[in-house]
Amino acid sequence: MTSPGLHLSGAPFLKKENKGLAEPHGSRALGESAERSSKHNRQVTLSVPHWEQWREEAHAVKRFSILNLDKLLVEFERNAAARGAVVLWAKDAEEANRHILEIVERHRVKTVVKSKSMVTEEMELNHVLAAAGVRALETDLGEYLVQLAGQRPVHIVTPALHLSAEDVGRLFAEKLQEPYTSEHEKLTDIARRHLREEYLRADMGISGVNFAMADTGSICIVENEGNAGLSISAPPVHVAVMGIEKVIPGIRYLPLFLNLLARSGTGQKLTTYTHIVHGATPGRTFYIIILDNGRSNVLRDPAARSSLFCIRCGACLNACPVYRRTGGWAYGWVYPGPIGAIITPHLVGMEDAGKLPFASSLCGACGEVCPVKIDIPHQLVHLRHKAVNSPSPVRSPFERLIWKAWSWAMAGPLRYRLAMTTVRLGVRLAKFLPWHPAQLGAWTRGRELPEVPAYTFRAWWRQRGREFAEDDDKSGIAPPSLGKEVSA
Amino acid sequence: MIHLTNGLPDGKYPSYNRGEKAALFIPCYIDQFFPQIAEATAAILKNLGIPIVFPEGQTCCGQPAFNSGYWEEAARVVRHFCDVFRPYQYVVCPSGSCTAMCRVFFEQVDPDERIVSVGRRVFELSEFLVNVVGVADLGARFPHKVTMHSGCHGRRELGILDQPLTLLQNVKDLVYCELPNIEECCGFGGTFSVKMPGTSIAMGETKAANILRSGADVVTSVDISCLMHVGGILKRNPQMRHIRPMHIAEILVQR
Repeated sequence: MTSPGLHLSGAPFLKKENKGLAEPHGSRALGESAERSSKHNRQVTLSVPHWEQWREEAHAVKRFSILNLDKLLVEFERNAAARGAVVLWAKDAEEANRHILEIVERHRVKTVVKSKSMVTEEMELNHVLAAAGVRALETDLGEYLVQLAGQRPVHIVTPALHLSAEDVGRLFAEKLQEPYTSEHEKLTDIARRHLREEYLRADMGISGVNFAMADTGSICIVENEGNAGLSISAPPVHVAVMGIEKVIPGIRYLPLFLNLLARSGTGQKLTTYTHIVHGATPGRTFYIIILDNGRSNVLRDPAARSSLFCIRCGACLNACPVYRRTGGWAYGWVYPGPIGAIITPHLVGMEDAGKLPFASSLCGACGEVCPVKIDIPHQLVHLRHKAVNSPSPVRSPFERLIWKAWSWAMAGPLRYRLAMTTVRLGVRLAKFLPWHPAQLGAWTRGRELPEVPAYTFRAWWRQRGREFAEDDDKSGIAPPSLGKEVSA
Repeated sequence: MIHLTNGLPDGKYPSYNRGEKAALFIPCYIDQFFPQIAEATAAILKNLGIPIVFPEGQTCCGQPAFNSGYWEEAARVVRHFCDVFRPYQYVVCPSGSCTAMCRVFFEQVDPDERIVSVGRRVFELSEFLVNVVGVADLGARFPHKVTMHSGCHGRRELGILDQPLTLLQNVKDLVYCELPNIEECCGFGGTFSVKMPGTSIAMGETKAANILRSGADVVTSVDISCLMHVGGILKRNPQMRHIRPMHIAEILVQR
């Protein structure tokens, strides 16, 4: 089994040998699709007059849920068990995988159909099952493509966002020996034909959970392709894996979240299918695995708690200009984009993921679109602060020294002038250098430096400031014409 | 566009009474590299009859260290800032980004009320003019085609978008050109610009292409830091070299 640590260390943003952040070029298809989705979904969300009110409400419900996880999870377990579900707890991915392998053994499972689930990506479940001789097939079209290609998802909602229709046609031709086509309908036909058989043959279905309702003990799974419905109902055994943060107090809050999730995720008013699983159906076995896997680390950091409110809609990925250009793999783990940059450091530790919060221009687009109002941009800065102060790849005594010197220089006007005069001189001289080192070189790689003016504003003010400081009455300036009044 | 917050506790701007003094906070890069913007800011306020002071002890708002994670180092600079600006009721700054640092993020650096209250008295120039003083027409004339870049910090942290647009609308003979994808980041991002230069430049090139597409000869903004980055890209490109980056204050003083 690949450990998350190993997986991470190979990721472009995180490689230890990279001093800064390596910058892979994501695929063009990914950038364009993410931008298109973002614009479309934003239009859909803003057309809801009470969108902001929904966000506030969802934030409040999630806040309550996360602060009361201890009670709600136990209530959920009790009610789910009363409906015939077998509820299992797992502290980490390893324990969750152990549960699954035991279930596999108990029910003599040879083949598994999986519907899309990010949490099972955290567990590297497909590898674990393969190692145990179980064939696990992804049934979500995007996941299916990514699995066929031997890749990892680039996105949490649209895993194959990086593949164009032509890419998919070539993939099917190569792996499924189908005649090449790039027509969308034909491609989905091919996938459907290959997948249909599998549902009927499978011994077990594995799914994630979108929402777990404490008061009814039921789980909700949303999807658009019908694959989740088949995966959880055709085979005789269904295992649903959920992170501890998926629980909400009651089913009465579900419509609110469904409204937010579909619109933010795919620009739909509602997903095509919404499954609510109320316990086990007669003759079938239903397991629910509740997984922590580092999530309770987040609870210890009050400033980061709202990152657990995430409903995995992917809106922040689509909105992020950095994600659009680097793609999902750059982030090194299951969750890419802004949300990945703030949760991965908690889930796998700063030692491995300390660089992620720096992969952002702090533009704030993520926070603006988040349907549950996670303050992602502020958390990025919060995590940068944590990263430079804890064992992590970005903690650097040298960089600390530079900022200490900067801080000293900026804490007094004379030192400021001295430091800034040096900077001005440096920028002036840079024009004559044949080669620019370090940060200077990073700037001039694609940009001209600003011109250095002959004087500074403070020097100018010393000469002319008196003209500005006088009171109205004495200055001799004409009475101000305030122009057109506007309401503030 | 949704304005959720302007960084003020009650969301309400104070209203300026004639004769009250305003202190200028001139961010370090403007002081050193773009003094004409600070001069224009001073001239605009003077023309409105607002007495201004420039506390000479001022240095920087602390943002570079803060955004890089060095909050302890930022705190020292923030405290110095607050010592310098404590006596003033209004602090006016020709940068949305630095204003956001003062008004929104000082609290993170040091929640001491004496720090936070000074930060909350800092206003970006265009919002000071429109929301605090209550003026929209400065009597400027600028016969050029102009587009506007909206800096992310100013817009998303302080809700600044309508104010500079309103001010530009009232400039005589100015032809406003819509900027495609105005909501998108230009890719500057402070130290991000040199930590991830490839991505930063790619974002800047997209922004530059949109500026070209707008058909404008001048690109303006309340943030010259963004324009320093985008302008650096425009200057490199022969097809874009003719587009002049100008801070909004430079346009508002044209007669």
